[in-house]
Amino acid sequence: MTAPYTTIIGLEIHVQLATASKLFCGCSTRFGAPPNTQTCQVCIGMPGVLPVMNRRAFELGLRTAVALNCQIAPFTKWDRKNYYYPDLPKGYQISQYDLPFSSEGWLDISDPKGKIEPRRVGIIRAHLEEDAGKSMHDEAAGQADSRIDLNRTGTPLLEIVSKPDMRSPAEAKAFLTELKLLLTYLGVSDCNMQEGSLRVDANVNLHVHTPDGNVPTPIVEIKNMNSFRAVERALAYEAERQWQVWQETGQRLGQVPKQTRGWDDQANVTRGQRHKEESSDYRYFPEPDLVPATVTAAEVEQVRAELGELPAALRTRLESTYGITPYDSDVLVNQGRELVAYFIALADGAGDGKAAANWLQQDVLRELNARDLSIDKFPVSAARLAELIALVKKGDIDHTRAREVVFVEMLSSGKSAADVLREKGIERVDESELEALARELLAANPKILADIKQGTTKAAGALIGQAKKRNPNISPNRLLEICLAIAPGM
Amino acid sequence: MTLLEKTATELLADLAAGRLSSAELVRACLEQIERHDGAVHAFLRVDSERALAQAKAIDERRARGDKLGPLGGLPVAIKDLLCDRDELCTCGSRMLENFRPPYDAAVIEKIKAADGVLLGRTNLDEFAMGGSTENSAFGPTCNPWDTTRIAGGSSGGAAACVAARMVPLSIGTDTGGSIRQPAGLCGVTGLKPTYGRVSRYGLVAFASSLDQIGPLAQSAEDAALLLEVIAGHDPRDSTSVPKEVPAYSKSVNKPLAGLRLGIAREHFAAGLDAEVERAVREAIKVYQSLGAKVVDISLPHGKYGVACYYVIAPSEASSNLARYDGVHYGHRTDVRIMSEALEAERAALEHGSAGRAAAEAAVAQLDTPLVRMYRQSRAEGFGPEVKRRIMLGTYALSAGYYDAYYLKALKVRRLIRQDYDTAFKDVDLIVGPVTSTPAFKIGEKSDDPLAMYLVDLYTVSANLAGVGGIVVPCGQSNGLPIGLQLQAPPFEEERLLRAAAMYQRETDWHRRAPTLA
Repeated sequence: MTAPYTTIIGLEIHVQLATASKLFCGCSTRFGAPPNTQTCQVCIGMPGVLPVMNRRAFELGLRTAVALNCQIAPFTKWDRKNYYYPDLPKGYQISQYDLPFSSEGWLDISDPKGKIEPRRVGIIRAHLEEDAGKSMHDEAAGQADSRIDLNRTGTPLLEIVSKPDMRSPAEAKAFLTELKLLLTYLGVSDCNMQEGSLRVDANVNLHVHTPDGNVPTPIVEIKNMNSFRAVERALAYEAERQWQVWQETGQRLGQVPKQTRGWDDQANVTRGQRHKEESSDYRYFPEPDLVPATVTAAEVEQVRAELGELPAALRTRLESTYGITPYDSDVLVNQGRELVAYFIALADGAGDGKAAANWLQQDVLRELNARDLSIDKFPVSAARLAELIALVKKGDIDHTRAREVVFVEMLSSGKSAADVLREKGIERVDESELEALARELLAANPKILADIKQGTTKAAGALIGQAKKRNPNISPNRLLEICLAIAPGM
Repeated sequence: MTLLEKTATELLADLAAGRLSSAELVRACLEQIERHDGAVHAFLRVDSERALAQAKAIDERRARGDKLGPLGGLPVAIKDLLCDRDELCTCGSRMLENFRPPYDAAVIEKIKAADGVLLGRTNLDEFAMGGSTENSAFGPTCNPWDTTRIAGGSSGGAAACVAARMVPLSIGTDTGGSIRQPAGLCGVTGLKPTYGRVSRYGLVAFASSLDQIGPLAQSAEDAALLLEVIAGHDPRDSTSVPKEVPAYSKSVNKPLAGLRLGIAREHFAAGLDAEVERAVREAIKVYQSLGAKVVDISLPHGKYGVACYYVIAPSEASSNLARYDGVHYGHRTDVRIMSEALEAERAALEHGSAGRAAAEAAVAQLDTPLVRMYRQSRAEGFGPEVKRRIMLGTYALSAGYYDAYYLKALKVRRLIRQDYDTAFKDVDLIVGPVTSTPAFKIGEKSDDPLAMYLVDLYTVSANLAGVGGIVVPCGQSNGLPIGLQLQAPPFEEERLLRAAAMYQRETDWHRRAPTLA
């Protein structure tokens, strides 16, 4: 039986751009400073001040929009969005209303584990605006005081609005993950959700399948989601809730006003937010204190040329050039540009992409996670690790020993693989020596020899321990192969 | 001739020659203010200690042989709408009665750097909204020629203090005529520069796309001196234009040959006072005697100027003045009294005779404490004209009305600009009246806002089009000054000043001063 409805999801993402200074003044945008220490007369809206656009913020916005395949407007203006709130000192927010600097783009999403079908999610627009301050409501001891911190006021935000193209909470999460990765590759934001550098609101409703066709339910906006996991859970909850409401009331889109609900992460529910009687009218009009910004086609091309290789293209290249799986390329690319560069150096140096991918995922990433390091601080360079992989491939050292002994030593001492091998006396054991050892062990263990001869080949495994005691440099796999090869003749 | 009858240019020559010290000049100004400002009320505040200290410091530097700035110790009065660091800046409003900006406006910086002495702060209509200075929260400014009459506005104080010879130079602002109209009514020279010529940084905004700062003085020569100091690009004002500032004070006395003067037929239509028309036409004859040719032109969309202006200016104002909400800036209502009143209202509703459901519904409609604080602070802090304009602007920008009002006004604004562009293909300057009548009586139009708005008929178009204009005194009617307005293409302030100076070399209207009781 197919699902009785389709979930329709659109996302609005606010991204704090990684500029040193605010959108319309020179104040720092650093997070975590004591309240109201990163302000000036301009960002606190002192009477008489005027905004001046931060060109760098505009460039970061432009870079993102181009990477999202958006159309770039040659002429874009600023607008005032008027509303009263204590953390909005001017009584209006400078934003972009009817002429955003970019529109009509897309981002492709997919999942190598197959949890979702590949999909192209449309981008309606991306525009720039200034952030508001923060209100801190201190209701201790019955004091309903609110405190205002204006450090964040005027921080540049890029608002990205997707089309309602996602059909499941998993797709929404995949979109956000891919978007965040793209933003990270572009270097336009640190995307830290805890610090509010990336904020997500979702619009969701259902298309209920009825014998008379699909019926849309009222759209609900969900706020207060503080992680991608929370977005996924909130959407799943909300779809189910809307399904229940539909069954009880049969309410369709347009029959009730659009509702805003907040996600309660502890209780795992969305709750209706205080309903405003009057719908808000922001009285947008062109910001008279700023001049329109213009962008030439040549500037757009320049930005496009400087984007660098972006995640989707990089995954494809890694798969085709190094023969790794989509799963592997996804894991590597998700780790960021620096790790991909390390992988490429490793794969090229070792002459084996698959082995390089395995080493990276099993050994390097584990170490990075354990030590909480980034790849640029990793003590073993790609060239040195490539050398080790090549030695394993050549048969000079067994893979397990390479990982457990040599790699560990390289990590702690910073020495080259060759040096570690030399110091530990590790060297290739030649075939004749291995064969002599195999014969000797089989002869000394007639029960095992008999088992092998009767076809219980795994019995040979019991010889490895003894072999290693005799000579730690042997390759267990090769020794087993030889045992099985010579046993029938013994 | 007494000291204060001299023009700024003459006084500067005296200062430079050592015949006069800045401190002596400032003292003379302070005495004149002391003697007459009780009747005129041009100034909201005069800081005599600060002015004298500044003057003495400049005199000392002059005595040491230091090179002084171009204002060389001349006193300047400032409209109480520009930020002067740590000094009160009331904007003529109860709302900002105690506001001290922590920074200098660009124009204030420039005047300080040019060695101007900041004498005091002049009266204005609240937030520059008005044409008579009757909307000041601190009482009207009276016309020095007849103190029962208005000085014009909103820069009424700025014009009256020059007319009353209390100060040789003064700074005003012009959003819809607020320099030119009071200059005309007080018989002084006032110039509204092209939009973008002078930085607005530190000017408390009324209508951002229309506001410009400009000089008021006795003569075009003096206005040139002050404009040269305050004009120029400022990176802190994105709308200020990066254009070289001509040496206005050097060129002002060069006559213009072959001047083509445009006379807009719309400027001489019904409603223009006969005496005003006679004076303006006499002034045009003076230009003709100097070789100027007169060309009849039309500014067909000018008749929509006032309507257009009273949509755009209040719209911008409604947003610009939103920050005065009692949270960060401006008067805050007494929150304790407010909270008690709110509680009492709630109690009355809850225990009233209405049914429980009706009472609950009524309580739900009550303001939150925050909203009540906004409402009450603004209700107490703003005067009636400011409230009227905030309501007009809020209405015009509202969903459903935006297209019919604001957007339509923007289209009309473009047409008005095109009228000017077309006219300036054939003429160098447009010449005409600045007001339809001389100064009216204080209180005469207080109950008729529409009549008051029509006072701006001849001046708003220049603001809407962004062009510059200058007003010079050109006659009198029953002892009240009449002004002549010249308008020029964008960034042709030099032409305005030279043309005005040409006229002033032939006439002495600008040298006449009122007899003060």
